[in-house]
Amino acid sequence: MPHISLPEGLPGITSGFAFRPETAKPMRELAHTLLHGPSTLTPGERELIATYVSSQNDCYFCQTSHGAAAAAHLGEKAALVEQVKRDFLHSGVSEKLKALLVIAGQVQQGGKSVSAEAVEKARLQGATDLEIHDTVLIAAAFCMYNRYVDGLDTWQPRDPGMYSSMGEQLAAHGYLQPSISAPVLETAK
Amino acid sequence: MPHIQLPEGLPGIRGAMAFRPETAKPLNDLVEILLHRPNSLTPGERELIATYVSSENDCYYCQTIHGAIAAASLGDDESVVKQVKQDFEAAEISEKLKALLVIAGQVQRGGKQVTAEAIARARKQGATDIEIHDTVLIAAAFCMFNRYVDGLATTQPRDEEMYRERGKRVARDGYVTVSKEYLPAEAAV
Repeated sequence: MPHISLPEGLPGITSGFAFRPETAKPMRELAHTLLHGPSTLTPGERELIATYVSSQNDCYFCQTSHGAAAAAHLGEKAALVEQVKRDFLHSGVSEKLKALLVIAGQVQQGGKSVSAEAVEKARLQGATDLEIHDTVLIAAAFCMYNRYVDGLDTWQPRDPGMYSSMGEQLAAHGYLQPSISAPVLETAK
Repeated sequence: MPHIQLPEGLPGIRGAMAFRPETAKPLNDLVEILLHRPNSLTPGERELIATYVSSENDCYYCQTIHGAIAAASLGDDESVVKQVKQDFEAAEISEKLKALLVIAGQVQRGGKQVTAEAIARARKQGATDIEIHDTVLIAAAFCMFNRYVDGLATTQPRDEEMYRERGKRVARDGYVTVSKEYLPAEAAV
């Protein structure tokens, strides 16, 4: 049971967004710019960063929905999602993305944990200032989204089908509009 | 030295926002709604929540500027800001705000740390669902802002007068208006 009276049948962050549309708007815009807007990092790479941080924060809804969005972007390389969550240093992602994931993991632990060595390593792999900035902000933003979703104790169904269709929707259209337009069937609870 | 090349002369989050105006806009919109716009919690109370979370996250820039905005919103009362950071249960604030600060502290440690007991205590002191929602989101958002500011190793001058002066201005004019000083016109709309 959520800690406050959230609209029923809306999973995870979608219930917080429906409860408070005023704050939903900038939160959607931020996610859209960071994960879906123009960038030299692919949407798949950025969703992997979001998924990894959400997994480190142990947020089921966020790691599953963003994992599904990453999988939708990655297509036949969708297996990378599970690899990154388990042990990204031994996953099939690029050396540059590995270096950025190190930075993201440091941000998740705390802003002061980001080391000059990790930033240097990312730069050696070709990461630009903008890519490092966005990695830090994606990781920081998911420390917000994850706490929002779990801090309200939102409903987080264990229904793989719901997440994969959310992932398809997010990968295709981004974050400005709700990825779930109608309440999910009560029976799914 | 910041981890990436940020515009000079803009301390803390301002340098990061000027570096990336596309993300600065939703970040300013979010903080404006959460902390500045009229709400059943006063701006001073909300700034105290932001200050407390930033202090728990050990972010010098954020706790000092939001402490200054809180003081300016509370009739230049800097002592209550200090009390809240040191031991809010013993501070001269309402029982309701103390109960909300307990929730904020739990969110700071992690979304899953929020307890039904803490929510029940806040409700007993008259907190509404939207006040609890906003407390969770303010705390979550500052887990982002603090990580953003420290994760980029932004410059954070030890100059209390600078924060005090700026705090008065933000308390009076709000975040979006003040951001026009350092953001390109199209991003500050």
